[in-house]
Amino acid sequence: MAEELLQIEVKKPRGDWKDPAVQFRKGVFCYSAAPKNLRALDLPNAREWQPFDADWKLPPDWKRILLDGMRERLRKYRSFRLFMDICVRCGACADKCHFYLGSSDPKNMPVVRAELMRSVYRRYFTLTGRLFGALAGGRELTEDVVKEWFFYFYQCTECRRCSVFCPYGIDTAEITMIGRELLNLIGCNTNWVLEPVANCFRTGNHLGIQPHGFKDSLEFAADELEEITGVRVEVPINRKGAEILFVMPSADYFAEPHYYTLLGYMMLLHEIGLDFTFSAFASEGGNFGLFSSHEMMKLLNAKIYEEARRLGVKWILGGECGHMWRVLHQYMATMNGPADFLEEPVSPITGTRFTNARSTRMVHICEFTADLIHSGKLRLEPARNDRWAVTFHDSCNPARAMGLLEEPRYIIRNTCNRFFEMPENTIREQTFCCGSGAGLGTDENLEMRLRGGYPRASAVKYVKGKHGVNLLACICAIDKATLPTLMDYWVPGVQVAGVHELLGNALVMHGEKERTRDLRGEPFAAEAAHA
Amino acid sequence: MMQAVYSFVTVVAVVAAAAVAGRMHGGDALLLSAIAYAGFAVFLVGFCYRVVKWAAVPVPFRIPATCGQQTSLPWIKSAGLDNPSTNAGVVGRMALEALLFRSLFRNSRARLDEGRLICSEQRYLWLAALAFHWSLLTILIRHLRLLVEPVPAVVLGIERVDGFFQLGTPPLYISDVVFACALLYLLLRRFRDPMVRYISQFSDYFALLVIGGIAASGLLMRYSTRVDVIGAKEFALGVASFHPVRAAALGSMFTVHVALISLLAAYFPFSKLMHMGGVFLSPTRNLANNSRAKRHINPWNYPVKTHTYAEWEEEFRDKLKAAEIPLEADHGGRTAAD
Repeated sequence: MAEELLQIEVKKPRGDWKDPAVQFRKGVFCYSAAPKNLRALDLPNAREWQPFDADWKLPPDWKRILLDGMRERLRKYRSFRLFMDICVRCGACADKCHFYLGSSDPKNMPVVRAELMRSVYRRYFTLTGRLFGALAGGRELTEDVVKEWFFYFYQCTECRRCSVFCPYGIDTAEITMIGRELLNLIGCNTNWVLEPVANCFRTGNHLGIQPHGFKDSLEFAADELEEITGVRVEVPINRKGAEILFVMPSADYFAEPHYYTLLGYMMLLHEIGLDFTFSAFASEGGNFGLFSSHEMMKLLNAKIYEEARRLGVKWILGGECGHMWRVLHQYMATMNGPADFLEEPVSPITGTRFTNARSTRMVHICEFTADLIHSGKLRLEPARNDRWAVTFHDSCNPARAMGLLEEPRYIIRNTCNRFFEMPENTIREQTFCCGSGAGLGTDENLEMRLRGGYPRASAVKYVKGKHGVNLLACICAIDKATLPTLMDYWVPGVQVAGVHELLGNALVMHGEKERTRDLRGEPFAAEAAHA
Repeated sequence: MMQAVYSFVTVVAVVAAAAVAGRMHGGDALLLSAIAYAGFAVFLVGFCYRVVKWAAVPVPFRIPATCGQQTSLPWIKSAGLDNPSTNAGVVGRMALEALLFRSLFRNSRARLDEGRLICSEQRYLWLAALAFHWSLLTILIRHLRLLVEPVPAVVLGIERVDGFFQLGTPPLYISDVVFACALLYLLLRRFRDPMVRYISQFSDYFALLVIGGIAASGLLMRYSTRVDVIGAKEFALGVASFHPVRAAALGSMFTVHVALISLLAAYFPFSKLMHMGGVFLSPTRNLANNSRAKRHINPWNYPVKTHTYAEWEEEFRDKLKAAEIPLEADHGGRTAAD
């Protein structure tokens, strides 16, 4: 980007949030979903429209649809009903949101984002709101409010950082998720979310890659690995009778720098001789359904168990991905279980039972690899990563919806000599979002992404200055897709990598040729070449 | 800001009405008893109604917000309280939350310092909230002296500790001072912090002002106008035992105090004050993070129309064949109808 850096400043909130007017300025919102994608998913009100149009072509009874939808969800989700009722507006969440910090737009304070919905709830669903209206915090539901909801519910990455600080655990992600569900009912969706969903429904993955393309990508990776390591790794696809099904986000086999993480997985799985298979049907672990509606999430997720059952595997191993693991950890078994056709996961290499996954029967690759390293099953040469000074970005969902904090750090510490943490209030459960999660990572939304990613970038910049950090490691496909842009903009000179790329670099394989280059084809740091 | 003015006007109107009524019908404790009964009836029924209504809504998914290391491999130390995987851990987490305001303790303040974003710890809100709630509890317990005869030993003990400094006559209670300071801080914060002022609504000011009115009238009665304590107790015991008595005139301040308490009680179930009950029901806090170890049941889980493997294989059969990916059914259409 040639123009001047965005100015990040702290502005005092002005005006009254009850005024719903929003400006769809270029760079801070996502375009509408193409009608073909709505049709592919049987969603209502498929039409041509854009958020900056004056007329959104809502269905004639849009208001009734929204209010009925709210009523239904108030009866189905305790979280939703409770979070509509108990906020005391203490303001603890206000400056915890990366979008508020980056944009200074007061409606991005989590409390206000929720109030956009709460005010309508009060007006139509509470006694005081019906009697006293605005005095009781109520607000009429108008078309302007619909536009405002669209703007702000697609300006939330469902990262849940605010929820960590809320004295009642009010989770804005729940409110945003319900808000988006409601907007879906009247056909207000974004293409960056719905196109991947439609693709995934048909081909099995977000990118719409068909089975032969899937195979080509993996074969290509195997060829490249052979060149780098001299070892030929196998590429089992849809193989019945394998012990383990391996599922990863599709970006891993299609985008950079994800691809180097894929190389890392393939080296690892070959080196330990795991009896596993990829699947061209369950070729997506990620789940953009999560960013659309609970139903969409369920329907995309179903294929993982379906495929595991068909292939007759014992359990499932999952790659590095943030929101994928939110779904796998907190939703999958509830939605599509029980997984009684699988077995309790046991590492065939170390014999470790993953009792924390004994019901869902799906293990995170970081848990699996940490166990391998701890059991001394891998030969690692950390000096091969010496050209990197590494810091670790906790991805929102593994941090705040699982607590997968130490496993990736353990892997990094065993594969890298130089590892530095970012400031305490920006990592672990307090980690800052990349600013592009929950389906906002599209280029038309770039200004808002860069603003939202600023708090994360600022922390990286700090460790870059202090320790010379030049690599931001993470375990999330959306991070890998969007952090490079963020780094180039705010902290040039810092690269982004998956944890299993670092593992792949450090892994000493049986029968490997003398290694001089890392998975990116770059030479190892000078002194490490002969280590 | 208008919201604050409206709240203020409302509270002043109630205070004035109560004060005038107190003067005019100074002795008419029966009317005051009726108001108290009405207030508490609304409180009890309303509070229970709201809690039952929440509890009746299912928790379809297990969505704790995890604030520490998960329980996974045995050699990795997990955060048993901030990310509990057992029910005992959840009880601990909830106790920390309800008694010590654990989440608020994490609070930080973000600021920009020469282009760098810094989140530094900020504990004033936590301290004020903790001081507010605990001193309020102490004051409520002390009020049992007026509602129970004989006065329980616990109440006397708390009174003794609370009046430990023996300053002045009657001795100054620590809880009174702490409560007044915390309340003032919370109110001033609403006016002075630009973020909090922006989000504050009528009910935010209203609750604080009503509580402030109750506190002020109470403090004045104890330390300044010196209410007739025997008469007040007679009134309170009468109300508590459902035998309201026609007690001696207790003055305007007493009428104001009781009227505002009744107002607060009646307002409670309709307001954000319900956080008192709600905090225990929050699904991001009161569930164990064990969703992969134990299947959580969604009572309204319903089947959805998925794109099955058979349909997928049918669509991509030729490509699968060409890529030599194993097929389930070799001749077209056989599994498509499954």
